Amino acid sequence: MELTETWYLVLSALLFSIGATGLLIRRNPLVMFMCVELMLNAVNITFVTFSNSLQDLSGQTAVFFVLVVAAAEVVVGLSIVVAVMRRNPQADADDISVLRG
Amino acid sequence: MVDVITFLISGAIVLGGALGVIGFSNPVHAALSLIASFFGVAVVFVIQEAHFLALVQVVVYAGAIVVLFLFVIMLLGVDTAQDLRAEPLVGQRPLGLLFGALLLALTLGGLFLSGPGGDQGAVALSGQESVVRPIDDRSQIEQLGEDLFSRNILAFQATALLLTIATVGAVVLVNNKGGEELVIDEPGLSVE
Repeated sequence: MELTETWYLVLSALLFSIGATGLLIRRNPLVMFMCVELMLNAVNITFVTFSNSLQDLSGQTAVFFVLVVAAAEVVVGLSIVVAVMRRNPQADADDISVLRG
Repeated sequence: MVDVITFLISGAIVLGGALGVIGFSNPVHAALSLIASFFGVAVVFVIQEAHFLALVQVVVYAGAIVVLFLFVIMLLGVDTAQDLRAEPLVGQRPLGLLFGALLLALTLGGLFLSGPGGDQGAVALSGQESVVRPIDDRSQIEQLGEDLFSRNILAFQATALLLTIATVGAVVLVNNKGGEELVIDEPGLSVE
């Protein structure tokens, strides 16, 4: 058996689908953020796979930017969750609607 | 053969960790499961000779981001299990699972069925070979740095701006002393 890029892409598709499913079925905002991270990691696997198979480093540079955006997203998202959950520790995804004006 | 075995093991860790994230009712367990998944992804990077990215994956994702998650979980004191059987929105879970299965079928279908002449991946999507800049003899970090600071310098500066905005935003959001008290007027929402 030889390890082709298809294997990696199947792994990435599975990981992305698990992340998307988790985002839809879980109601804890923290766990939903973790599922977003899983989806971003699936995309990173795809980037690195094509970077490797095409012998082009641009894919790895793209992973850097995904990493930075993920970090920024987590920082802002978690601070919103902290602001909401301080007042109502049992808050779930629906209670984020208190953010509306 | 060795790389196939390594791939199978790390892939099992990645998928097992991911299933743990959406399966555990306790957020702390989900976060630890997330770390396992990130380590698996790092091993996948190593198999594909992206050594520097594997390092960054462990330090930034498994280190910084998950620790941030754990900090917030501990800070809020919400490290209590959520009853997964309770289903506030009727039909949300079956519909979510159905959507996930459809998404998987779509991506796998795109992977295996697409393309003129049975091409796969990027060639199938765009119909043309990508512009290949061959990886040369220099070290990978050197080439990555050159790519980052020459072709992508504008994007790099934009991310600097993005991170600054995110930091300021986090401080403003969490520290609202003197600000207006948030009033929760949702019916059925218990206010402590």
